[in-house]
Amino acid sequence: MSYDMGGRGGPTAGGTNGAHGEDIFSAVDVRILRRFLTFVRPYRLELIGVLVVVLIFVGTQVSIPLAIRFAIDSALGDKAIALDWVIAGFLGLIAVNAVVSFLQEWSAAVVAQKVIFDLRRAMFVHLQDVSTSFIDQTHVGRIMSRIQGDVNALQEFLETSVQAVGDLFLLIGIITVLMLMDWQLALLTLSALPVLVVVRAIWLPYAKKTFRHARDTSSIVNGVLAENINGVRVVQGSQRESVNFSAFETRAKENFSAQIKAAWAAQIMVPSVDILTGICQAIVVIVGGTAVLMGRLEVGVMVAFIFFVQRFFDPIRTLSLQYTVMQRAMAAGYRIFEVLDVPVTIKDKPDALNLHHITPSVEFSNVTFGYVPDRPVLHDLSFRIEPGQTVALVGPTGSGKSSIASLTLRFFDVTAGAVKVDGHDVRDVTLDSLGRTIAMVLQEPFLFTGTVFENIRYNTGATRHDVIAAAKAVSAHAFIEQLPQGYDTPLEQRGQNLSQGQRQLLSFARALVADPDILILDEATASIDSVTEQKIQSALRTLLKGRTSLIIAHRLATVRDADNIIVLQQGRILEQGSHEALVERDGFYASLFRKNYASFDDAMQTP
Amino acid sequence: MSVSSRRAKTKAVSDVTTDAPPPHNKPGRFDGWFSASPLRQALRPQQVSPAEALDLKALPHVLPRILRLISHHKARITLALLASIAATIFALALPVLLGRAVDQAHLLLPGATPADLLSGSAAGNALWITAGLLIAAASLRGLLTMLSGFQFEYIGQKLGLSLRLAYFEKLQRLDFGFHDSVHSGDLITRGMLDLEGMRMFVENGLQRIVSLALLLGIGATLMFRTDPLMALLSLSFVPFVIWRAFRTGLTLRLTWTRLQQRMSILTRTIEENLQGLRVVRAFAAKNHELTRFDQASGDALRMSNDRIAVRTGAVSSMTFAFYAAMALVLWYGGHRVAAGEMSVGHVAGFLTFMTLLQAPVRQMMMIVNTFARAISSGSRLFEILDREPAIHDTADAPDLRTEGNVLRFEQAGFRYEGAASDALSAINFEVRKGQTLGIVGPPGSGKSTLAQLLPRFYDVTSGRITIDGQDIRDVSLTSLRKAVAVVSQDVFLFDMTLRENVAYSTPDAPEAGITAAATTAQIHPHIQTLPQAYDTPAGERGVSLSGGQRQRLSIARGLIGDPSIVVFDDSTSAVDAATEAHLRAALQKGSKNRITLIIAHRLSALMHADEIIVLDKGRITERGNHAQLLARNGHYAALYHMQSGQRETHVRRTEPLRTLDIQVTT
Repeated sequence: MSYDMGGRGGPTAGGTNGAHGEDIFSAVDVRILRRFLTFVRPYRLELIGVLVVVLIFVGTQVSIPLAIRFAIDSALGDKAIALDWVIAGFLGLIAVNAVVSFLQEWSAAVVAQKVIFDLRRAMFVHLQDVSTSFIDQTHVGRIMSRIQGDVNALQEFLETSVQAVGDLFLLIGIITVLMLMDWQLALLTLSALPVLVVVRAIWLPYAKKTFRHARDTSSIVNGVLAENINGVRVVQGSQRESVNFSAFETRAKENFSAQIKAAWAAQIMVPSVDILTGICQAIVVIVGGTAVLMGRLEVGVMVAFIFFVQRFFDPIRTLSLQYTVMQRAMAAGYRIFEVLDVPVTIKDKPDALNLHHITPSVEFSNVTFGYVPDRPVLHDLSFRIEPGQTVALVGPTGSGKSSIASLTLRFFDVTAGAVKVDGHDVRDVTLDSLGRTIAMVLQEPFLFTGTVFENIRYNTGATRHDVIAAAKAVSAHAFIEQLPQGYDTPLEQRGQNLSQGQRQLLSFARALVADPDILILDEATASIDSVTEQKIQSALRTLLKGRTSLIIAHRLATVRDADNIIVLQQGRILEQGSHEALVERDGFYASLFRKNYASFDDAMQTP
Repeated sequence: MSVSSRRAKTKAVSDVTTDAPPPHNKPGRFDGWFSASPLRQALRPQQVSPAEALDLKALPHVLPRILRLISHHKARITLALLASIAATIFALALPVLLGRAVDQAHLLLPGATPADLLSGSAAGNALWITAGLLIAAASLRGLLTMLSGFQFEYIGQKLGLSLRLAYFEKLQRLDFGFHDSVHSGDLITRGMLDLEGMRMFVENGLQRIVSLALLLGIGATLMFRTDPLMALLSLSFVPFVIWRAFRTGLTLRLTWTRLQQRMSILTRTIEENLQGLRVVRAFAAKNHELTRFDQASGDALRMSNDRIAVRTGAVSSMTFAFYAAMALVLWYGGHRVAAGEMSVGHVAGFLTFMTLLQAPVRQMMMIVNTFARAISSGSRLFEILDREPAIHDTADAPDLRTEGNVLRFEQAGFRYEGAASDALSAINFEVRKGQTLGIVGPPGSGKSTLAQLLPRFYDVTSGRITIDGQDIRDVSLTSLRKAVAVVSQDVFLFDMTLRENVAYSTPDAPEAGITAAATTAQIHPHIQTLPQAYDTPAGERGVSLSGGQRQRLSIARGLIGDPSIVVFDDSTSAVDAATEAHLRAALQKGSKNRITLIIAHRLSALMHADEIIVLDKGRITERGNHAQLLARNGHYAALYHMQSGQRETHVRRTEPLRTLDIQVTT
């Protein structure tokens, strides 16, 4: 997946995501690990604590079979310590073991969670500052899969890493104890270990392949299912039920046989571990048993060996799985840091000015701008909006209307020239104060999950009284009152329970509450029924009253009322003036007006 | 999924977290189970939503049904059970053999004397034999466990496959009313995660339950037979651990769904922030958004930490119980050994048996979790499988006679299930072959509902709809839907090529037919400019088409089967005016042989219709042709004036322009 900022939209700007996501078998990347450690560093003290606890835990784990050995030896009268004392010691040991086992697992998981949540927050914070075009181009869904999917993959890694460290210590601990008890017997017993390692090394690539295939076929089947659910109306309307069913059946059966193969691959490892455990125990029985017979070994040691042999396959098993988890984490880490590395191009200057109590004028002076350096969408453009004026921008798609709006809010920086608000270059003022000075209402009203009240108030500290007043002013109050819980009605799925017109009115109310000096409005194009349409027009007049406003106009009705109409074509001003003046001029605007289109976009899409 | 299920096998208890139970929708209570749980106290202040409740009432229905479903595989189940029993027996042989080996080594066999030691060979041989048996028992145990494990997986996968096919088939047949009432995301969840939940239960849960029960049953019998008191001591940890595992398993299940909810709130918060990024920035709301994020994130983190504490606390206490029982065995056995009343091997045997039990008993937590998940998953899945589509053919319904000369709505009315008022009432109109009916009205006036009554996506609740006198409810659905095409505003493209998308209803349509439909729909030229032309993939991962292009593609799709009735449900809303004019002209060429219904907001799309009806709140408020409706000066006229941006005084001036489009009807 390409995060290439240059690639404007286009089908090339993605698509390989899936392929990359599966390619998890690349080498461990030290740079990613190192960057990852920067997120772990704030918790290094906690981490040291965790490691200490893990060590104590491993110590108790290894000591328990030893204690059993002492108990047996003492029962047989081989040792000086009384059996009851050994048992008392054993009880103490298991109490410590219980506490420490809780502490190690809990603290490791908690630290892992904290790191993960920090990482997610870092991504979120970073995304607040990257350019809007980056987010437009990469698609929210893809970014989400990194913030949630990849971060979760890392979480698995982190949680299991601490356990893996524990397993490693456990393995070392067991081997050490075995060696200390009887190094010859230990070496003989451990000779089976490399066999397991070899067997797993042969098995793993094969198993991974079948698992991956099973996973892939599963996601295909689920994809087909999801598509059919989402398109069920078309399916039924087109009488495709039987065709689709047999296609689905084929996929489902493919998945079934892939799953069965994967099941085999998983199951064939089961006996190999059992057989090896058996062999190791047999070695202990013969070699250890003979040694006991000859009086060279205490029975307790033999029993302890048997217990240890039973345990040391577990850590090996988990450790070999850890390798896969780690590789997956590397791939996830790579994608996460790619997001964190997206440069922030628009930021406050160190001595940026805080806009406050301004004369709300907007001026574009000789602005040239392009999303791609060599392809400007605005050419040497100049115009001025006097305080309190309403300027309407009219022009076909691609004429640069939206770019003008984005530049005023400094979503982008100009290539040449300057955008000035109250005479200040927008690059010299703080983004925060610029945002508070200018509000924008979007063509597609965007509402957040939450109540009507919360949506209107948004990030202002407005009181309920203010909110209701604003709603009344844009004639949204009546329909809000009719909602089941009035202003406290939750908006489902970002207001899908409201009509388009109602959502538009709410977004007007939100802008009114924010009470900006300057308002930018991208007028809705979607056709709305006549009653709502009239409400919106009158709400608009309320909203614009006393404000400097820039309207990307789609409707003739809005344009007529503007103080100045700028007709754009291919990033240049074709003509400007009031409605009357432009009609008088008998140019492009006048001809459109006479053709009697409801919306200018319609007209202008055809050259 | 397969990897995590693999991991589940090897990582025992700690893997409870990786299972993915879905959110529940079934209402149900889960009271009484957590009365002792501290977590419940902590959770009480918040409201328990139906989504997170575990429906134990469903248990008696769901569990037998799952078992019935898998009972088709009698041979495999028998094989799996026999293999499990044999594996258990060999597993139990291990501690016996190890105990014997210890005794053989220690020469505490009854009657053994130092003389035996000197002769050496007898004891040495005995060790060799024991070792051989040990390897054999371990190997057989492994192989048999593999065999039974594979059989259970096979049965689980088979169950998954059959449920998957049944679910798919059912969803395709369920009516629109059903699909309106259930969110598609929920249906997908059921088909993916709930299905998985039931499969996992058979695959892992059943296998573990069976092997644990066998191990406990056979093992306890053997132990009690040899030494009841030692057996009692060895098993003393089992009741506690099972109880604890059961309780924690259920708690974890509950908190899992809660955590998922919080995570989904977090996801939604991030998603909305990114989707609404222009609003966020235009309102300088970065800090506001960070607060929202931190709140959602903090909630999820706290829940997650609580869960970890519950899980690790349970694991630790269960481990402690296990070792405490071991201490009892050591203490009692040790004293008996010291007193010469028991052999060391005997004690070692009991201890080894305990270690055999340790892992499976601890897995109880996961088993309970799997079990609870299967119950709720099962009830959610069966709920769908048991639904019968409200709309289906009557027995031996004849095919629609296809002349399609006249379509008639006779006092037709419709009310959505559970709605307080009619969506449509007393709709009467007649359209003949070659004619066009236009329908206008504000949102919610019933226009789309009317369109969807025609192919019987819904059935009228009063009155009737006839085609050439045949009530559409009396003919076969296949023939009706073949004759009627509805092209709607929202276009769904499938993940296939453009050609296949156009020819969706008639996959065997000839190339010429496809290009003809695309040409009429004004999308052919655009498709030609694409590098792969008609072979370009569409759908989610396919080529990006504009809203207008998608709508035109959908029009082509509607035209392909040469239907005798076509309904355009606001299907040109995103098409620009000039293209729409071309489209209209092209459609009119073919309109002589069909009945056309056009629903639109933009009047230019339907001004030429033979009759236009204006709907409001499900009733026809005005009707007539364009000129008549303008003359009436009602809603239609108002809409027209507004859309043309003219004050009423300008109407007369624009009139002559429009008459070109209006077909004169008599």
